[in-house]
Amino acid sequence: MSSTVKEIEILTVDDAELMRISREGTLSLNLNEMKAIQSHFGALGRNPTDVEIETIAQTWSEHCVHKTFKSIILYSEGEEEPEQIDGLFPTYIQRATEEIAKPWCVSVFSDNAGIIEFDETFNLVFKVETHNHPSAIEPYGGAGTGIGGVIRDSLGTGLGAKPILNTDVFCFGMPDTPYAQLPKGTLHPKRVFKGVVAGVRDYGNRMGIPTANGAILFDSRYTANPLVFCGNVGLIPRNRCDKSVEPGDLVVAIGGQTGRDGIHGATFSSAELDDTSESLGSVVQIGNPIMEKKIVDALLQARDRNLYRSITDCGAGGFSSAVGEMGEHVGAEVHLERVSLKYEGLAPWEIWLSEAQERMVIAVPSENIDELMEICEAEVVEATVLGTFTDTHRLQVFYEGAIVADLEMEFLHNGLPKPVKQAVWSPSKHLDMASRDEETENYTDDLKQLLASPNIASKESIIRQYDHGVQGGIVINPLVGAENDGPSDACVVTPVIGSRTGVIVANGINPKYSDVDPYLSAAAAIDEALRNIIAVGGTLEKTALLDNFCWGNPDKPDRLGELVRAAKACYDIATAYGTPFISGKDSLYNEYSDTTTGEQRAIPSTLLISAICVMPDIQRAVTMDAKAPGNLIYVVGNTYAELGGSHYFDIHGFIGNNAPAIQPDEAKLTMERLSSAINSGLVRSCHDCSEGGIGVAAAEMAFSGGYGMSLDISDIPTGDGIIADDYLLFSESNSRFIVEIEPQHRQAYENHMAGIPIGCLGTVTNTREFVITGKNNHRIVDTPINILKSAWQEPLLFN
Amino acid sequence: MKPKVLILRTAGTNCDVETDAAFQFAGAETALVHIQNLISDKINLTDYQILAIPGGFSYGDDIAAGILLAVEMKHKLTNALNQFVADGKLIIGICNGFQVLVRTGLLPGADTSEMAQRATLAMNTSAKFECRWIDLETQESPCVFTKGIKAHVYLPVAHAEGRFTAPADVLSELETNNQVVFRYAESGYPSNPNGSDADIAGICDTTGRIFGLMPHPERFLMKWNHPRWTRLVETQNTDSEEGDGLVIFKNAVNYVKANL
Repeated sequence: MSSTVKEIEILTVDDAELMRISREGTLSLNLNEMKAIQSHFGALGRNPTDVEIETIAQTWSEHCVHKTFKSIILYSEGEEEPEQIDGLFPTYIQRATEEIAKPWCVSVFSDNAGIIEFDETFNLVFKVETHNHPSAIEPYGGAGTGIGGVIRDSLGTGLGAKPILNTDVFCFGMPDTPYAQLPKGTLHPKRVFKGVVAGVRDYGNRMGIPTANGAILFDSRYTANPLVFCGNVGLIPRNRCDKSVEPGDLVVAIGGQTGRDGIHGATFSSAELDDTSESLGSVVQIGNPIMEKKIVDALLQARDRNLYRSITDCGAGGFSSAVGEMGEHVGAEVHLERVSLKYEGLAPWEIWLSEAQERMVIAVPSENIDELMEICEAEVVEATVLGTFTDTHRLQVFYEGAIVADLEMEFLHNGLPKPVKQAVWSPSKHLDMASRDEETENYTDDLKQLLASPNIASKESIIRQYDHGVQGGIVINPLVGAENDGPSDACVVTPVIGSRTGVIVANGINPKYSDVDPYLSAAAAIDEALRNIIAVGGTLEKTALLDNFCWGNPDKPDRLGELVRAAKACYDIATAYGTPFISGKDSLYNEYSDTTTGEQRAIPSTLLISAICVMPDIQRAVTMDAKAPGNLIYVVGNTYAELGGSHYFDIHGFIGNNAPAIQPDEAKLTMERLSSAINSGLVRSCHDCSEGGIGVAAAEMAFSGGYGMSLDISDIPTGDGIIADDYLLFSESNSRFIVEIEPQHRQAYENHMAGIPIGCLGTVTNTREFVITGKNNHRIVDTPINILKSAWQEPLLFN
Repeated sequence: MKPKVLILRTAGTNCDVETDAAFQFAGAETALVHIQNLISDKINLTDYQILAIPGGFSYGDDIAAGILLAVEMKHKLTNALNQFVADGKLIIGICNGFQVLVRTGLLPGADTSEMAQRATLAMNTSAKFECRWIDLETQESPCVFTKGIKAHVYLPVAHAEGRFTAPADVLSELETNNQVVFRYAESGYPSNPNGSDADIAGICDTTGRIFGLMPHPERFLMKWNHPRWTRLVETQNTDSEEGDGLVIFKNAVNYVKANL
């Protein structure tokens, strides 16, 4: 055995020592897992090497294997008998997709990204990932490598997709947090905000990928644990979607060199953060977008010449998981001294685990290696043959001739003990807020305050730093309207220039509703993502979803209970709408503890739903900005007294209890009818009703279009006799839209929507006044649109 | 015979595919060529009539935007480039390509044959990368790419280093020779998105055959690329799908057909 490899004494030690080894080695393995390793090596009669135990820890990490979503859960609500759930993922996510059974789903949950059909030549791949822990410690590098990593997921799907679109969603602490209130060892939210935006900007722009969709949310509970979701859509020829590995294929690494950066990234992100995490600088990777662009340039040529049979990216766990996964069903032999290093002095386990960025591993039939090397030379990209795939069903790692790891693939991939976890959920009770109609007759200030709340306020200063137009396919920009500054519901791009077939990408996220019920939060996230798709001209029929769960510590039964609630909603709502999940990811342990005071913080349970829809003719797309005076403004969908978790309650210091629910049958019909009205050319503009309700949505349409509106809320269709002015204006009920209809289409539109709750509230006016009349026939909102617009535009200008 | 366009690539080039599409829609035969293939003589520049240097971040824009590619072209392709220009062929540089042309000295060009840099594209006055559509005013110029183009053109910019600046004598020479091709329609941020001297958005050499601009005409090939196409009734009602950027590439192709 090489002198640089250590044997780890586990055969003879007690439980306490096993846990010490796990903790001090940042292995993030629990006692059951350590004992499984102990007994496996006990049977072999030897101790593991450091390379072996590190390989197992990476492969078994929450980050890589998603064990919480696969474990058995005993779940109970209140006093009820516990329900046994045999894995959240198979029960609620995978099953939904199987039951929906869309023929255009090409590959789901198995590859690095989901694949759906696009046109006769191409398919689309889509993946969203998080890079939360690294972004908390080093925002610029953490976010940049987050986007870099998800781009490599597209490149590592099938035989490699060309990245065509980025989407990014961030959750930060409040930008005005006083420094004195910062938890120990954490960065100020503004610092995190600026660093994350710059990181995503510099990586995405340099790669030449448009970033045309996203969202930014704020909540004080994200201060110590910011969330950074990075997504990428790729375009792949239909005949390049399958991969395989044959014994004898060469293990070839392409791209950047290997250094000590990012070691233990996978296991680090599978544990909570604390006030000392900032000292763990080496767990954050270092990004180089130009290197990644070169890899894309080289690999897509090699793909089109059929030079390799399989590909995956080096993400979490580095070579250990890339080679381990590719060789799972055959076996692999790797020689670590061949790896191209940034600098000398790395121990074999460090080379094997390094999460140095911009590296891909491909399986190359030996007869193709010369041609592959020629392409790499022409593109000035380094490629190295590290070893071969074998038929031994073992993962064998050598260093300077000596074997340093020899693991059975079966144990590595299936030896992880399946835990049984406890989950409980009991609803919290919050103070409710009564309508303020008694105390005020005018809600103009409330509307301005809502528009200025950071979740709703304009993100233009950030959006403009991203290139939306590169690749030449943008059809609906993230900013729309008379002055190109209104908030678009979704983006539309044509990945093939000149073709009318488009891709719509949107997202939905509502962590505030989690405080009431994570089920409702998850349901609303799906509804919102779909509303955004419908609002620009998409259809439910052609929409697929991604789920990204960011949660606290799932070892705590109440946190896990919230996860169960959310997963149940995913199944219920996705099947109701007929929109399948094609990929997803979870990031758990988003908690912070202060090791001196014992203070513990968790993020609000946060589910991001990303939606992708294929649009047959982009000329049918509509935007949200009011188009012309005289046009009629309608609300589509029922309003209920659902202000629990709403922004209106929030600005008055309440949470409330009635978070927006979904009436699935009614909602589905509403979306289908509206979608077909838009595709029939009956709708001039359409905006989804979300945070801040009808009041905010209508105001945004007005000032984005540069016109006033005159509206009367007495014609808002309601589901439960809601009559208070403020409730009608600011309720956040799901499945609602505001649409603008030209007078000559009024009849056709109303006929088209027969049976759907709609109400005509008034018209677009040729003034610059935004006026809403309340139930007692007096003006409850009355203000120039430029006042509303500045209230909305100013808060986040610091970026 | 179709005019042949060489679209130059290197590490960090990223607007090559849409530039390629633009020339193809304009009726040219195109080739995406990595600069290594020109340096190693695998491919000859003389086989082409148009050289296009697309946007992107060549070599990461390390040191300054476009400088490394410019140095590489100047020193490793000296003769081929000089010959190309002497043959009266066309060169267009867009965004990063414009930065490269300015740093090689091909733009604004000098009366000596030696390539020397006489202007620069500096960091935007906003000090950040920005992506937005801007109004351009077409100027009287000998530029063959903009012949017959509308007086006002609307195109996107997306850059961090686009502030055209040069010594006073160079600026006045540009005016005297009518080398300014496009100006931002209004002074002041954000209409002039980067703070360029004299609101300069694009220039040509004195022959009009070498053209560089910060805005991206290759991003407006289809009418639905316009950020307000859903508001423009006339755009929606026309049968033509063509965007306003395409004419620049058509002009180049037509020039080659008529003259080379």
